[in-house]
Amino acid sequence: MLEKQVALVTGASRGIGRAIALELARQGASVVVNYAGNEVKAQEVVDEIEALGAKAIKIQANVSEEEEVKNLIKETVAQFGRLDILVNNAGITRDNLLMRMKENEFDEVIQTNLKGVFLTSKAVTRQMMKQRSGRIINVASVVGISGNPGQANYVAAKAGVIGMTKTAAKELASRNILVNAVAPGFIETDMTNELTDEQRESMATLIPLERLGKAEDVANVVRFLASSDAAYITGQTIQVDGGMVM
Amino acid sequence: MADTFERVKKIVVDRLDVEEDKVKMEASFKDDLEADSLDVVELVMELEDEFDMEIADEDAEKIGTVGDAVNYIDSQS
Repeated sequence: MLEKQVALVTGASRGIGRAIALELARQGASVVVNYAGNEVKAQEVVDEIEALGAKAIKIQANVSEEEEVKNLIKETVAQFGRLDILVNNAGITRDNLLMRMKENEFDEVIQTNLKGVFLTSKAVTRQMMKQRSGRIINVASVVGISGNPGQANYVAAKAGVIGMTKTAAKELASRNILVNAVAPGFIETDMTNELTDEQRESMATLIPLERLGKAEDVANVVRFLASSDAAYITGQTIQVDGGMVM
Repeated sequence: MADTFERVKKIVVDRLDVEEDKVKMEASFKDDLEADSLDVVELVMELEDEFDMEIADEDAEKIGTVGDAVNYIDSQS
């Protein structure tokens, strides 16, 4: 379904990013596995993709650094000749109550989760405009819609991503570049494992489907948004949250 | 400069789908050649490829007419 297409997934060494990278590879895409620090995990994802019979490379880059992002895109195009799908997945948390949150905790999350999306989107646009096609899929979060205690920084970043998704969609639609977001709810990953039991329980009771989501649940929606089936969808945020927020 | 103008003109005609005789030095991309902001960004990208140069965003923002583009390219080479 995505044969001959090239996908770049940021923060793809684990969690939701890993599941997305594997799913796109299963559809035949060549995948660039971007990672910030965990080279061993990134290589494991590359190996898994190659075992599926698809092409993959790993490229280290911190998405909050413009020069590193430029090199990431340049290297991707140099290796594969094009870039069809960008999945902005890289993200961090620095949870704290608003009253206790340090300035650096706020800044770090905004830098990676919001500015990172800006930098990568800006950098891929040139290539996608030349191709007259492209898909940008941002991994937001349902808390960017609902808010969540202890995550003022993360929520602000994710709400920002949803707004940026709509703006980029409007700016780039005439060049056949479609920009959408997925907003995962409570997904079983290393990131949500860091939450306290209290946070975990209070969130679980709010899910009509009565289970935590899996990274694959998110990856399946990203696959759809990357496919030709989603050719008439842009600027949207699709919640993958078991009905948690309506 | 004549050569630069001809090369720029060809790109403008191709990209904006306008008549050749409308592409004059004083022609404004937006007002005379009906380009939108994104068209201008794309034109600058193509000029970079054609002339094998990088045009900084600050400089690109100052390019409003065909002449601006031609003069900028000549000043850099």
